[in-house]
Amino acid sequence: MPFQSTVSDYQTVATLETFGFLPPMTQEEIYDQIAYIIAQGWSPVIEHVHPSGCMQTYWSYWKLPFFGEKDLNLIVSELEACHRAYPDHHVRIIGYDAYTQSQGTAFVVFQGR
Amino acid sequence: MSKKYDAGVKEYRDTYWTPEYVPLDTDLLACFKCTGQEGVPKEEVAAAVAAESSTGTWSTVWSELLTDLEFYKGRCYRIEDVPGDPEAFYAFIAYPLDLFEEGSITNVLTSLVGNVFGFKALRHLRLEDIRFPIAFIKTCGGPPNGIVVERDRLNKYGRPLLGCTIKPKLGLSGKNYGRVVYECLRGGLDLTKDDENINSQPFQRWRERFEFVAEAVKLAQRETGEVKGHYLNCTANTPEELYERAEFAKELDMPIIMHDYITGGFTANTGLANWCRKNGMLLHIHRAMHAVIDRHPKHGIHFRVLAKCLRLSGGDQLHTGTVVGKLEGDRQTTLGYIDNLRESFVPEDRSRGNFFDQDWGSMPGVFAVASGGIHVWHMPALLAIFGDDSCLQFGGGTHGHPWGSAAGAAANRVALEACVKARNAGREIEKESRDILMEAAKHSPELAIALETWKEIKFEFDTVDKLDVQG
Repeated sequence: MPFQSTVSDYQTVATLETFGFLPPMTQEEIYDQIAYIIAQGWSPVIEHVHPSGCMQTYWSYWKLPFFGEKDLNLIVSELEACHRAYPDHHVRIIGYDAYTQSQGTAFVVFQGR
Repeated sequence: MSKKYDAGVKEYRDTYWTPEYVPLDTDLLACFKCTGQEGVPKEEVAAAVAAESSTGTWSTVWSELLTDLEFYKGRCYRIEDVPGDPEAFYAFIAYPLDLFEEGSITNVLTSLVGNVFGFKALRHLRLEDIRFPIAFIKTCGGPPNGIVVERDRLNKYGRPLLGCTIKPKLGLSGKNYGRVVYECLRGGLDLTKDDENINSQPFQRWRERFEFVAEAVKLAQRETGEVKGHYLNCTANTPEELYERAEFAKELDMPIIMHDYITGGFTANTGLANWCRKNGMLLHIHRAMHAVIDRHPKHGIHFRVLAKCLRLSGGDQLHTGTVVGKLEGDRQTTLGYIDNLRESFVPEDRSRGNFFDQDWGSMPGVFAVASGGIHVWHMPALLAIFGDDSCLQFGGGTHGHPWGSAAGAAANRVALEACVKARNAGREIEKESRDILMEAAKHSPELAIALETWKEIKFEFDTVDKLDVQG
């Protein structure tokens, strides 16, 4: 019987923190996550950065944090506008929690090149 | 008013049983589960506990008239039956704030769980809970950084942290050990951990370990683009050694160190926590020896007390058990004390074993660490129980993967993120756990193999220490 290895080679991948190990989300799945941010009472924040700077603490704000914004469609169109303006940048959405002064969640929606 | 000296032996209850007393906001309150010797009335047992853990001794002494003991004495102000246990009862005792040195957990425990535990009139005694007054809490340093700062340092949001202990726990050389750290971190873990037994043994001295681990952490960080860390265990034989190891971790630019707070002791722990606060270092806390103290339902100290004491002494992460893994832990009880690690106010809730309202004020929170016999199939339950402000650690569940630690790490990371995504999308992750994991495995051969490997492993033993409820 010819030798067959049952072990696969695991290749290191560069990832972008939360949800970095999942396949790209569909539009509907992204909607679900933004709806969750809004339902938690967190403020949506959009940030972007050139991939060379992805490990910086501070990414650039897109406009200002969308304090108290509850309109899912508006957030989605802002994400798309940010992506159009900076097509080669990573774009992430944050659910900002002013009570804890922390991010309830944060994940990259568009990956730059 | 001055009193006359009357030598002899008085019954404890004449002085220390005060059912009419209304506790002050500044009092430190304690709930003991008492089992007295046969024939000794409850009030006398409870009063003896109050006396022996505060100002009293077995005989009247002349020198107590030099002070005003009414001001300093502990008082038993309530006795309650223990549901389902006819021989034990709860004694609630109030201690005046001035009985304790500011900021000293060591001092609180020396009083409350000192000589009194060996008292002959008692068969068993268990400290169930302490209500620390906010006035005392404000004198404690607490977690050197806390949950919010730790998240900001590690850049991890919206999910539990993912870690594992390096295995085998003893016997690897420094270079081999660093290799395993590197494999785990490049595979997608955020943090790896020294086993608690690893200090500085002949097969691997601490300095050698620290250097190789630092190289592994930095390399994994560069390759993955994510922030990584390893809990470098600084626990040592002397405080001088402890600080030397901590200083070296800082020199290597490592983000987090580790201490074993019960075997190391509260004095060492508080000192190290202060060092961490001063030096911008995160502090992971292990709890070896806790089960000796907290597992017996009638004697010892409940873990909720040890957890509260750690939050005050200082630590950014504390092991809490897993509920679902190989180690002891009941779900409601665990929820009760992880609330006390993380929240700023925890109300009295007997269904979770919390006997008092506990106001933590502005004290930062501590990450709850779940570790011990857990694997990917447990992921949905762990997320549901522990929530985001936790650190889930899979030792065997990472290194035991047929393709090695990196693939094992990736499997756990995929499973964790799939569960978080599903929860956020409104799915019931415990009920739908199978579907969620199987869907995620379609995109991850590492997860598919992990699910296959651990499908039959369960740890279904009944807990020894249960909440006291009518059976």
